[in-house]
This record gives sequence, C-alpha cells and structure tokens, in this order.
Amino acid sequence: MDEPRVLLDYGSGGKAAQRLITDLFARCFANPILAAMDDAALLQGLSGQLAMSTDGYTVDPLEFPGGTIGTLAVHGTVNDVAMLGARPLYLSCAFILEEGLPMALLERIVESMGEAARSAGVHIVTGDTKVVPKGAADKMFIVTTGLGEVLSSPTPSGSRALPGDAILLSGSIGDHGLTVLSRREGLPLAADARSDSAALHHMVAALVREVGSIHTLRDPTRGGLATTLNEIAAQSGVLCNIQESAIPVRPGIMAGCAVLGLDPLYLANEGKLICVLPKNLADEALAVMRSFPEGQEAVRIGSIQAPGQYGKAGQVVLHTALGGKRLLGMLEGEQLPRIC
Amino acid sequence: MKTPGLNNSAFADPALCQGLLHALEQKLDAPLRFMEVCGTHTVAIFRSGLRSLLPKGIEHLSGPGCPVCVTHDREIAACITLAGRDGVRIATFGDLMRVPGPEGKSLKQAKAQGAAIDIVYSPLDALQLAQQHKDEQIVFLGVGFETTAPTVAATIQMAQRKGLPNFSVLSFHKLVPPALEALLADERPTEEGGIDAFLLPGHVSTILGLEPYRFMVERYARPGVIGGFDPADILQSLLLMLEMRKKSVPAIVNQYSRAVSDTGNAHARAILFDVFAPSDALWRGIGLIPASGLVMKDSYAEYDAWKRFSLTLPDVPEVKGCTCGDILKGRRSPGQCPLFGKACTPANPVGPCMVSTEGSCAAYFKYAIGNL
Ligand code: SF4
Repeated sequence: MDEPRVLLDYGSGGKAAQRLITDLFARCFANPILAAMDDAALLQGLSGQLAMSTDGYTVDPLEFPGGTIGTLAVHGTVNDVAMLGARPLYLSCAFILEEGLPMALLERIVESMGEAARSAGVHIVTGDTKVVPKGAADKMFIVTTGLGEVLSSPTPSGSRALPGDAILLSGSIGDHGLTVLSRREGLPLAADARSDSAALHHMVAALVREVGSIHTLRDPTRGGLATTLNEIAAQSGVLCNIQESAIPVRPGIMAGCAVLGLDPLYLANEGKLICVLPKNLADEALAVMRSFPEGQEAVRIGSIQAPGQYGKAGQVVLHTALGGKRLLGMLEGEQLPRIC
Repeated sequence: MKTPGLNNSAFADPALCQGLLHALEQKLDAPLRFMEVCGTHTVAIFRSGLRSLLPKGIEHLSGPGCPVCVTHDREIAACITLAGRDGVRIATFGDLMRVPGPEGKSLKQAKAQGAAIDIVYSPLDALQLAQQHKDEQIVFLGVGFETTAPTVAATIQMAQRKGLPNFSVLSFHKLVPPALEALLADERPTEEGGIDAFLLPGHVSTILGLEPYRFMVERYARPGVIGGFDPADILQSLLLMLEMRKKSVPAIVNQYSRAVSDTGNAHARAILFDVFAPSDALWRGIGLIPASGLVMKDSYAEYDAWKRFSLTLPDVPEVKGCTCGDILKGRRSPGQCPLFGKACTPANPVGPCMVSTEGSCAAYFKYAIGNL
C-alpha cells in the first residue's frame, strides 16, 4: 500500500484538498479565469445567444486506447454544445472520486483532460472535487458543463430535418463502443481498435460558416447511429432512408461485432456527427468535413423523406446492401452479447 | 482509405444474390412454405433485407430455434429462486437476463434487488469466477442447443479435474432434432398448409452432422437443408428445396459444407455425452418433449446445481394471452398475436419470443416494415 492514493479528506475543503487543487487541477487546466480561484468564474464579453449543455461521464475502464474518461468529459460536452451550431468556450467540471483511487491514475486522467481542453481551445474555468468512501462510487465520475456562443440562427435542431434533405455522417461507426467493451471484458478482440474520442466543434464551425443552412446536427453517442437517426425521425416527424452499404465500419470493429453478436449501428461513438441539410449543399458540406482529420471519411448515408406508403413518421428504413429493406429501430436497453 | 460496409462476406455479394433471387423466381412452380429452426437464421433473413426480397409465394416461418425463447417459465422461476439464495452467484449469458418468468419477474430485476448475477461470455468465464470467489457458490445457467452444450460439458470436465468445490451448472440445455420430431408429429400435411421444407441450423449441425435429421425424410417425407447464414447461403438453400420438391426426392442436404461436415463433430459429441444424458424437457409454448433436454450423468452429479441445491421446477401460473407456442410451431405469425406491439413490446415483453434478439416476435417488431 505504498502507492499514493486519494484519501477521504481530499474532498473536505481543508489543506489536503487545496494541495490537490493547486498541484494538479490548476497545473493541468491552467488559464487566467481559473487562476483567480474565486468561488465562481467571471466570464466576460459573451454576447448574443448562448448554448449550454451538461453531461455526467462514467466509463469502465477509465483509460482505453484512444482516450480516457477525462478526454470524453471534454469532447462529449464540447460536442454537445457544438451540435447547436455553437462555438464552445468554457467548461466547468466536477469530480466524484472514490477513496483509494491511485493518485497516479487521477493525475494521468486530469492531464489528459487538460490536454484535450487545450487542443480544443476551451477553458476549464471552474470545478469541484468530492471524495466518497470506498464502495460509494466506482473509481471516478466526472460531470462537465459547457457554455458556448451560437454562431448562426436559427440553430440546427433535431426537429428541423425536412423531406428532401441529405443525411451525412462524418466517419466510421462503432469504434468507441467496441473498444471500451472489449477492454472492459478483457477480450482480445480488435486489438487495433481505438476510441474515436474527438472534439468536433472546429468542423462544425466551418460547416456553419462555409455551408450554412444546416438543419440538424447530432452526435451519435450512446445508442449509436441507429438511435440518433430514430430520434431525428421522431422529432422532425419524417422518415429517414439509409443506405447500409454507405455506412463505414472498420474491418476490426466489424469482426469484433460479429463474434459478440453486436451491431455496430447501436455502438457508441464519441467523435462523429450526423449532419442533415438540403441535398444541393451535400457535396459542399462533405468537402468541408473531409478537410478536417475528424471528418476525413465523411459520407452521405441517406436522405429524409415525407412519411407515406414507404414508412411512418419517426421510422428509419435501412436499404440493405442486397437491395432489400427493413426497419432500423431503437434498441431496448443495452446491447448484450449473445448465446450461440 | 474507404472502410468497407456492414456485411463484407463474399456470400453477401449483391450481384451474386440478385442472380440467385432471379433463379428462385424462375424455378418457383408452387408456393413454398419453409421454416427455419435457428434464431441466427431468423435474424439473418430480416437483417439483410432478404425477407423483403423473397419472391411472392415463398413464405418464411420461424420455428423453435432460439434457445432463450424455448426456455420455460418454470425454468426461469428456478433460476430466480436460486439467485435469491445466500452465498450463490449466478453466471449467465446476457440474453437470459430479461426473460420474464412468473409474474413478469426477470433475472434483471432480481439483480437490481440485490441478487449476485454476473453476465459472462463463455462457461469458462464462470469457472474463472469460481476461482476468484472461493467463498461463493458459482452457478452457471446452462442454456442452449447442441452448439453450446459441448463447451459447457468441457467446462464441467475441467471443474472436476481441478476439483473446484464451488462451481456447478444448472442445465436446461435442449436438443433440436427431438423438437423437430414433435413439431412434425403434430404437423398438417403440406397440401393442407403444412410446412414444405426446413432450413436446418448451421451452428447446431456442425456438431450433429446429417444423421440426426434423417427421420424427417424417412417418417415424414420432409426435406431439410443445412444452410449457412449469409444471404447467398439462404438463397441457395431455398433453391435446393425447390429442386428436391420438383424431383419428389426429399432428402437432408448440406449447403453449408464450408463449416459443417456430413458426420458432424464426433469429438464434441463424445465430450457432450460423457457429461450429459438426454432427458425429457419442457419447451415454452410447446410443452414436454421426450428426450429433448440434457441432464448431467451421475459421474458428474456433484457439479449438477439441480442436485447441489435440491432444486425442483416450481409450479407457475400460465402466462395469459401469449401465443408463442403457435408461433414457434409456425401456425401463426407474430403480427397475428393480439398482444404483439401492444401489450407485448421489447420494452415490456410478455413472452420470451419478444425478449431474445433472436426471437421471432422481437425480429418482426424490430425489422418488419408494415406487413413485409
Ligand atoms: S407478441 Fe409477445 S405475447 Fe405474442 S406471441 Fe410474441 S412474445 Fe408472446
């Protein structure tokens, strides 16, 4: 038990807590607003419409190829703010730590989080840390809230998809979900698999500025592409037609899914977006997306249709590689590996 | 780099499949009702969109081919009873968690109420749990057909070699051929709307080979094709059915020879029948089928959870309104069940066919557009 660990009094507001804050958080998140160390962050110069989003992060394992819970907590919230066509500027973060968490692990995660915020160009301006007794939480939870300026109005929304619009996807699916699942279960599968955890707001800003008329932006995180498409169809009261063969899935991910009986269409992504816009703008939008590393493999995967004889409002119809058709529905609960 | 799409098997090649579909249309001389008896086939036929492409006149029925769906309420009740005992940790495949038992209670709910239940991916994981939790009794829930049972048998052999005192298996494995026999014994003649031909399960047949299905031809004059799971496999299997019908020579043929040997896997069968012996078993919706289950032999009795915990099948009230039985027998399609999509949905399954991803009702609910 020599290894330094997080102790209960780190969260009590005393000296130990202060050391943790100055030594670790202030160092990794360094920025002038946080450095003021007041009870609240003072934000200046914000104007116009603001976008705000909050999310809690739990993931097992905390570190995985391609990211950590810390990078997810930055990228996830940055992306949620960006999906309103906004430029994320500030983040707050709250840590819930389980007593006994190795300090070295906490440091690595906070460092990865600081690095993710820096390269995304957002500041973590306020935060909080609580330590709970062993067993009262599973290692570490992070909650982040993001604030950003809306770039154009009306903002993209899940309810603005219109018949005739094209549906674009920024890259391959299933990478994050399968990577984390195989690490968690200790499966030797898809050793080359990596989470796609990435901030998408630069690509979004370019889309909004250079292409405009974006009707819907959504990041297909939990529940995967299929779930998000269903949400768009339901919110907008339309039908989504999706071409199966257009959806990119990496071979390692596909193979892993086949073994476990999982469907990549329902696996979480942490660095992908769905963009719905008038079809005459699709090629331009694809070119913009492909000029960013996080959108290199952007493709058009389908189109929006008015409900009618081919399907009801709120449905997603998958046109299979064979030329057949079937519903692409929502999932009940989590995906579970199968019995053979 | 262009990343390939969702099914990149050569046997899913669209051009190949279009050709086969065309041939099927040409050769279809009279309506063909075929039943698949493997949940993986059910899903493959829907997922690939094949069902929407089958020529008019080919009717697809889903049989009792999903091990979760045929697990009886009384068996689920036994699992839940056991899960509630002190010092017991259940290890199970994920699918079983949501199957409703008596009064709709499932293992998932039992877990939420504090029962120790772990989801595992193989029985060997359960063995590992037993080594890690020496102070607990680890019970693996043995569900599945001939495909899964040999691995479970090998795990039991290993537990015996290691002398693990805290590992046991609650077996309600089931055997496919006796269920087919029960189905055929009760089946209408083809000319009265009975089943014309069977698409036999690829996975199960890797173990069984062709022999155990011969009775279908000898006693019931029904052809069967052991088929693979890609769209081209299924289409080719249908063509084989048509050819046999045309020549009036029903037989058991092996379309899936790249995975299934005609004689099956004798080694796996030897392990299976070293540990298990056939016994009568309850099938949900069908009832008692003679010699259709597997019990552990006396030489492995110490690993038999039924004996270790003196468990019996609890009596449970019948689930009202679920027509799973008729669906598993091909008498009705899920859409004809009055509860389908109303009282019974994947979120709130009344019967097991709506729970397992490989169940017929769940597949219809999930994939079928209108009445396709
Ligand atoms: S729809 Fe539900 S109640 Fe009806 S047969 Fe299927 S599982 Fe049973």
